[in-house]
Amino acid sequence: MTDLITTPNIIDADDFYADLLALHDGQSKERSDAINARLILLLANHIGDREVLAQAMRDAAKP
Amino acid sequence: MKKIFEVPMYAYEKSPDQDASTPVRHPVVVIGAGPIGLGIAIDLAQHDVPVVILDDNDKVSFGSRAICFAKRPLEILDRLGCGEPMVEKGVLWNVGKVFFDEDETYKFNLLDEDGHKNPAFINLQQYYFEQYMVDRVRALQAEGKPIQLRGKNKVEAVGQHDDHVTLEISTEDGPYILEADWLIACDGANSPTRRMLGLDFEGRVFEDNFLIADVVMEADFPTERWFWFDPPFNRGQSALLHKQPDNVWRIDLQLGWDIDREHEMKHENIIPRLHAMLGEDAKFELEWVSIYTFQCRRMEAFRKGRTLFAGDAAHQVSPFGARGANSGLQDTDNLAWKLKLVMDGKAPDALLDTYSDERVYGADENIMNSTRSTDFITPKSDISRIFRNAVLDLAGQYEFARPLVNSGRLSVPCTYDGSVLNGPDAEGLPDALRPGATALDAPTKDGWLLDRLGDKFQLLAIGIEAEDELNTCGIDIETIRLAADESPELANRYLGDAKGAIYLMRPDQHVAARWIRFDKNAILDAVKTATAQGGK
Repeated sequence: MTDLITTPNIIDADDFYADLLALHDGQSKERSDAINARLILLLANHIGDREVLAQAMRDAAKP
Repeated sequence: MKKIFEVPMYAYEKSPDQDASTPVRHPVVVIGAGPIGLGIAIDLAQHDVPVVILDDNDKVSFGSRAICFAKRPLEILDRLGCGEPMVEKGVLWNVGKVFFDEDETYKFNLLDEDGHKNPAFINLQQYYFEQYMVDRVRALQAEGKPIQLRGKNKVEAVGQHDDHVTLEISTEDGPYILEADWLIACDGANSPTRRMLGLDFEGRVFEDNFLIADVVMEADFPTERWFWFDPPFNRGQSALLHKQPDNVWRIDLQLGWDIDREHEMKHENIIPRLHAMLGEDAKFELEWVSIYTFQCRRMEAFRKGRTLFAGDAAHQVSPFGARGANSGLQDTDNLAWKLKLVMDGKAPDALLDTYSDERVYGADENIMNSTRSTDFITPKSDISRIFRNAVLDLAGQYEFARPLVNSGRLSVPCTYDGSVLNGPDAEGLPDALRPGATALDAPTKDGWLLDRLGDKFQLLAIGIEAEDELNTCGIDIETIRLAADESPELANRYLGDAKGAIYLMRPDQHVAARWIRFDKNAILDAVKTATAQGGK
C-alpha cells in the first residue's frame, strides 16, 4: 500500500506553481472551475490508488 | 382500435366467497396484479399453494411504464413459464450512445456474454409484460392449478392477527371479508396496505420532474439507447430515447423541479418539445404521456407478522438503471420457496425473516446505485454540476472518464454476501459464484443449465461423483451430474482452475454452499443452514 506523498516531490516548485496560476489567467470563474475539475479528474485517474486518493481527500478537507 | 391496456383483462366476477356466512380463509392472498403480484402468485401456484390475487383494477398497466427487463428477471420468468414470449416480443439492444450539449460524446456496447439463454436486456412495454403473465395465470388455471385473479376487488382494511390476516374488500356487489394465513402486499409505491398497517417508508425525495412520452413513429433511429446531457432541445436537463416493440419509442425529458404540471401535460405543449428533439419533420403519434417524480426509499423490514411486502410497496428507486420491476421479481423469487417450506412445516418461521434481510440488502444496493445515477444526471449543487460536466467534457477524448459517466447502472442481481443462509465456501473456485450469488447460465449437454435449475434444492456435481436422493428435514435434494468439460462456459463459470466442484443450489437458483469434494454430512448441514434450522 502506498501512502500519499506529503513531503516535497515537485522539482522546481515555483515553476509548477506559476504554471498552475497561468492555467487560469484571463479565464472566467466558470471556465476556471471547469479546468480545475478536469485537472482533478485527470490527476486522480493517473494516481488510481483508491487509498492514496482517499488520503488526499481527507487531507484536503482537513484545514 | 382500443389499446390492450384499455380492455379489461380480468373483469370482475362474483366469487362464492362473497356470499359465505363466515369469512373464507385462504392460505395466501396477494394484493396487486402488477408484475410483482402476478410473479409471486404464479410461483406459489406452480408449487400447488392456493393463491388469490386481488386488484382494484381489471386491466394491465396503463401505458408502457417499466420498459427495460434485465437478464436475471428474464431467467426468473423462464422458471415461471412466461419468459420466452417476452424475449420473443421484446426489442434486444446492446449499444448505447451518450450525448453532451450538441455532440455525441461516446458509444458503448453492453457486450452481452455468450453462453446464456437470455439476453442482457430486452425492452418491452409493461402492459405486454403483464399480459403474458395473465396468460400464464390462465394456462395454470387450465391445468387445474389453484390460482384466482379477482379484478375490481379493492382492499379497504387490513387486520393483522397472530395466525392470520383479515381483509375487508369492496366490490360492485358490496363488501365482503376474507381471511388469509399469509398476505403478500404488492400494491405499489403508494401501497395502501403499508399505509393501513401504519408502517414507515423512509428515504430521500428527489426534487425533479420527468416527462415520459411514448410515441408511435416510423423512424430510422437505430435500436440503441440514446442519452443526452444538457442537449439544445432541453437545455440544462437530460433526455432519453429508447425503442420498444411495435414502433413505440420511449422519450424521457427532464423538466426540473418548479413546473406547472397541468401545462406540461397538455399535448399542445408536448408536441413542440418532441419536434425539437426528433426533428421538425418527424411524424409521430402520442400513445401515452405521464409526468413523474421519484424517491429512493424503503421499508425498515419487508415483513410484518403475517404480511410480506414485495416490489415498489417495499422499496422505491429512481427509474435510472431499471431497478424497479427487475428487483421486485427478485423479491418474489426469494420469497416463494421460503413461504412454501414454512407453510409445509419443513422450515421454521424464522426463514421468512431472511426474506426481509436478504431483500433489504438487495434494496440498499439498488437504492445506492440509483441514487448515484440520479446525482450524476441531476446534480444537486454547483460543484457537483462542475464535476459532472468535467467528466462529460473528458469522456469524448479520454477513455478513463467513460466509466464515470452514469446515466443509469443497469440492473444486475445482488449477491447475498453475509446472509445467515450461506453455507461453506471452497477456496479456489470462481468468486462470482460464491455462496449467496445467483447461478450463472451455461450450455450443458441437456440444454441450458438454468432451465434445469430451480424450485427445489439441487446438488450440482460437476466432474465429481455424488450420491443421489439426499434428504434432510423432509427436504429432498436432487443431484444433477455434469461433466467438467460439458461446455467451456460451465467450466469457466463454475470451476475456474479446479478439476471439479459440488454446488448446493437453493430453489431460487442462488448458491447456498460449495465444495471441491463430496461430503454428505456437510451438504445436509448446509441445507439446514439454508433453511434457517441450525446446521453448522
